[in-house]
Amino acid sequence: MGKIFFYVALALAVVSGLIFAPEQAGLQIHPMEQFIVQPLFGHGEISWYTPTNATLWLLLAVAAVFALMVMGSSRRAIVPSRGQSIAELAYGFVYKMVEDVAGKDAVKFFPYIMTLFMFIVMSNALGLIPQSFATTSHIAVTAVLAMLVFLTVTIVGFVKNGAGFLGLFWVSSAPLALRPILAIIELISYFVRPVSHSIRLGGNIMAGHAVLKVFAGFAGALGLFSFLPIFAITAVYALEVLVAFIQAYVFTILTCVYLKDALHPSH
Amino acid sequence: MASTTQEASHGAAEAAHGGGSSMPQLDFSTFSNQIFWLAVAIVAIYFILSRVALPRIAAVLAERQGTITNDIAAAEDLKAKAVEAENVYNKALADARAEAQRIAAETRAEIQAGLDEAIAQADVDIAAKAAESEKAIAEIKAGALDSITAVANDTAAEVVAALGGKADAKAIAAAVSNRMKG
Repeated sequence: MGKIFFYVALALAVVSGLIFAPEQAGLQIHPMEQFIVQPLFGHGEISWYTPTNATLWLLLAVAAVFALMVMGSSRRAIVPSRGQSIAELAYGFVYKMVEDVAGKDAVKFFPYIMTLFMFIVMSNALGLIPQSFATTSHIAVTAVLAMLVFLTVTIVGFVKNGAGFLGLFWVSSAPLALRPILAIIELISYFVRPVSHSIRLGGNIMAGHAVLKVFAGFAGALGLFSFLPIFAITAVYALEVLVAFIQAYVFTILTCVYLKDALHPSH
Repeated sequence: MASTTQEASHGAAEAAHGGGSSMPQLDFSTFSNQIFWLAVAIVAIYFILSRVALPRIAAVLAERQGTITNDIAAAEDLKAKAVEAENVYNKALADARAEAQRIAAETRAEIQAGLDEAIAQADVDIAAKAAESEKAIAEIKAGALDSITAVANDTAAEVVAALGGKADAKAIAAAVSNRMKG
């Protein structure tokens, strides 16, 4: 049955390619256009409060989180429905991560880390809807998230340990002569953290979406053979679904690792 | 088609206007907008999660854990009860079996006693009957001998008479008894 559908779809793709072949099959690839921030209404300047497409998809992420975590669990069933089990799964997943990676005393940061995870995973997933706007592909968004983590970790580190937090940079297990050099390296790596943290997420999402757009451009240009890029788009899309989850996971687990450093700075 | 091209050129123009770069990510004029709305979204999600969703899910999970623990305890209780009932049943079974064996042994002993008595009685009867029979046989034997003697005497007297002799009863009886002995 599936095979028949496959061949019918293939035939349709070829026929439509023959009939609707563009008159001038020029390559029209604009992979970065999808990331342009535009006002939702009109074409004016973008000030800080203007509702834009970014606003729309950020608020849709909030709505998605609300739908999953609040409406999904609204029945408080002992035997959960599908929605409730996904919400519980997300809860257990992040809770266990915080507990295992950052330690038992990090559990009071769990709502904060859960917020980051749910926001990123929902934004990534919503960004995969065709014609949507991927908010997490913007460095402005991911940098703010990474700076939130960086500042939290630094402040918590100093509040909890005082000057002892600087022990994070002083590798006491290394030979004394090496320690100042290691301290400089550790310091640099500490300040590079938010950069790598944000660019990893933004770069992954941006690259994936750009690749999809490039293949889509090929699909428009190749006419009869447009099914080849369409297959490629399907494959890349599957990969992007994986990346959407994995990047949220990586961002969250790195947050937990940094938090562990803040709570237990000793090497 | 035309509208998208127009939009695209518009977007490209805007991008060029914003940062002079082809990456909208580096168009700094949109940063304040994105950061403001991101802050709104993050704060909203934080309150949704920390005030409503997470306590509720934690309660549900705890409740489920409690239910499971209670159910397991109840199941263990019931299992212990079942084991106890089985033990009682086995004990009753063993008692009944022992009782049955005891009754069987008793009955067997009773029957054996009755049987022994009957056999003894029968033996006595048989002995009595045998003695009686022996006595009767002896009597009959004695009777038969007397009859034989009488018949022999008569026959001898007749034989002597037939031969022409004179039969002396005494002599004949002596001769017959002499012969019978011999």
